[in-house]
Amino acid sequence: MTTTTSPVPTAVTEPSVTLRERLRVPGGFVLGAVLLLGVAPLVLSDFRLSLLAKYLCYAIVAVGVSLAWGRGGLLVLGQGVFFGIGGYAMAMHLKLADAAATGQTLPDFMQLYGTGDALPWWWQPFAYPGFALAATVLLPMAVAALLGFFIFRRRVKGAYFAILSQALAAALAIWLVGQQATTGGTNGLTDIQGFFGYDLDDPVNQRMVYVVIAVVLLLLMAVARQLFVSRYGELLVAVRDSEERVRFLGYDPANVKLVAYVVAAGMAGLAGALFVPAVGIISPALIGIVPSIGFVIGAAVGGRASLVGAVLGALVVAWAQSTLSDAFPAGWTYFQGLLFIVAVGFLPGGLASLFAVVRDRRTRTPKGETA
Amino acid sequence: MTVILNQSFTGISIGAVLLLIALGLTLTFGQMGVINMAHGEFIMTGAYTTYVLQKSISDAGLSLLVALPVAFLVAGAMGVLLEWLLIRRLYTRPLDTLLVTWGVSLMLQQLARDIFGAPNVQTHAPDLLTGNISVGGGITLANSRLFILALALLCVLALTLILRLTPLGRRIRAVVQNRDLAEVSGIATGRVDRMTFFIGSGLAGVAGVALTLVGPIGPTTGTNYIVDAFLVVVVGGIGQLKGSVLTAFVLGVLQSVLEYSTTVSVAKVMVLVAIVAFLQWRPQGLYTLRTRSLA
Repeated sequence: MTTTTSPVPTAVTEPSVTLRERLRVPGGFVLGAVLLLGVAPLVLSDFRLSLLAKYLCYAIVAVGVSLAWGRGGLLVLGQGVFFGIGGYAMAMHLKLADAAATGQTLPDFMQLYGTGDALPWWWQPFAYPGFALAATVLLPMAVAALLGFFIFRRRVKGAYFAILSQALAAALAIWLVGQQATTGGTNGLTDIQGFFGYDLDDPVNQRMVYVVIAVVLLLLMAVARQLFVSRYGELLVAVRDSEERVRFLGYDPANVKLVAYVVAAGMAGLAGALFVPAVGIISPALIGIVPSIGFVIGAAVGGRASLVGAVLGALVVAWAQSTLSDAFPAGWTYFQGLLFIVAVGFLPGGLASLFAVVRDRRTRTPKGETA
Repeated sequence: MTVILNQSFTGISIGAVLLLIALGLTLTFGQMGVINMAHGEFIMTGAYTTYVLQKSISDAGLSLLVALPVAFLVAGAMGVLLEWLLIRRLYTRPLDTLLVTWGVSLMLQQLARDIFGAPNVQTHAPDLLTGNISVGGGITLANSRLFILALALLCVLALTLILRLTPLGRRIRAVVQNRDLAEVSGIATGRVDRMTFFIGSGLAGVAGVALTLVGPIGPTTGTNYIVDAFLVVVVGGIGQLKGSVLTAFVLGVLQSVLEYSTTVSVAKVMVLVAIVAFLQWRPQGLYTLRTRSLA
């Protein structure tokens, strides 16, 4: 295997003198905040807003994908695992809270399958809100740290890493389906009523959930942005582009990659946790191989190395999927495949690089065959 | 004891299927660094080819015999088309081939759904292959599984002979070992790549024919095996036939025996853990080419 450097151009913005340049990032951030928190709740119906909330969860995953894949060159094909762990951790707590509210000790599906009246031991801690909330982020990070440690330490990389992370997603989905009595099997955890005392059927509370998700997305984008421009961010790009050289300089690339993988996992876990109150369900079908690759599609289409590109790409692809797949189920699949081929194969920088590609072409054409 | 032996035999037959699939993958992966996710759909193509042939040839045994070469050619042709259209443009970006070919695989699956319908279809196995052989001590071997095992071994043998003895095989090995050096030595690496892709994809078609003997086939037939097959390639060592052979059987038996003592889902997780643990010991797989590259 040759090294898997990606030719994606990375825009590491140098500190610039012009005011316009200096205001670009904070300005964009404020614009995004105004659109998400001000305009969207005003103009969108309750239904559309809850859809947007769901898409924003995918966008949160894309922030992590942009970090690990776009900057770090780690093709994370198993983000569904972390999304799923976060989602199940949250859903388990909410199910237990729902059950407690009606005076039951067991979630409804466990009573249905009649597997005895004792709560499984590994469900019990999730009755505590603090534990469950911490678990939505820390558990995915711990799993990523464990897997990443063993993989990166032995310099397993490139395609090997992608395949292993994908196999992990398959294994988790299969395991969840197999444990019907304690995980709800194929159905997953459904019919979630309340969210920390708030009734999720109430549109006002749905809006609150939306606001929480939007705020988390904006915060994580700010965090990722800081990571990108930090020393660590430059080191990460350096590892992606020439791992050996970084090693010769005295850094351990394994640690650099591990941090990106773990942070991306934490973001995916948080996204999964927020997905549960927004959509009211978490199931193996949402976290297996296909959705895991789906998390990568958005980032690829928008522009993996560009944070805004990855987030917008995730939003657009999620939106296109729900509108088009309702209207033309078969057509959507063809379109999705084609989107993938075109975006990854012919526009590796994604839509974020479209402007630059077009500009380059325009400036190059008059010169003739000088290249 | 009987149970363990029976379970081991099931494992060996799972391994034979994995081996058939992984043979093609290890060729293309090893030579070109291409991770072909559409390989699963080439398997599906082989399976549907058998199904279509059986519509016109009513004799199940004859149609199976005809299906083997036809599926090889059909899947091989699709592989060449894929290589020519997309993959040769992506040599410098091996990870991206994974995503691009996944897009192709999505489209091929939908195409199969549109042509043959979403529900699974069933082919008839020849009478000769429907029975069991009892070898005493309560151990029974299914004929169809023995056939698959023989088919897999035959393919390994044929591939080994091609790689060892023919000029094409010599060129393939040269390109696997050092693409640049092969290129400057006058080997048309592009043509070798296309032939490799033809053989690799064709083997997927043959695997598809074998799968029709195991159960019903449908649009997602290939996808169900592709991740496992990649794991075989990773553990076996890229581009190493003997690695793939050994790994396919070991993983098959491991999976099957673990399934018996736990459940299917727990077995999957345990196999994965075993693989990660194994990679601690040999990060580059069971067998590796010695190279001077640092990567």
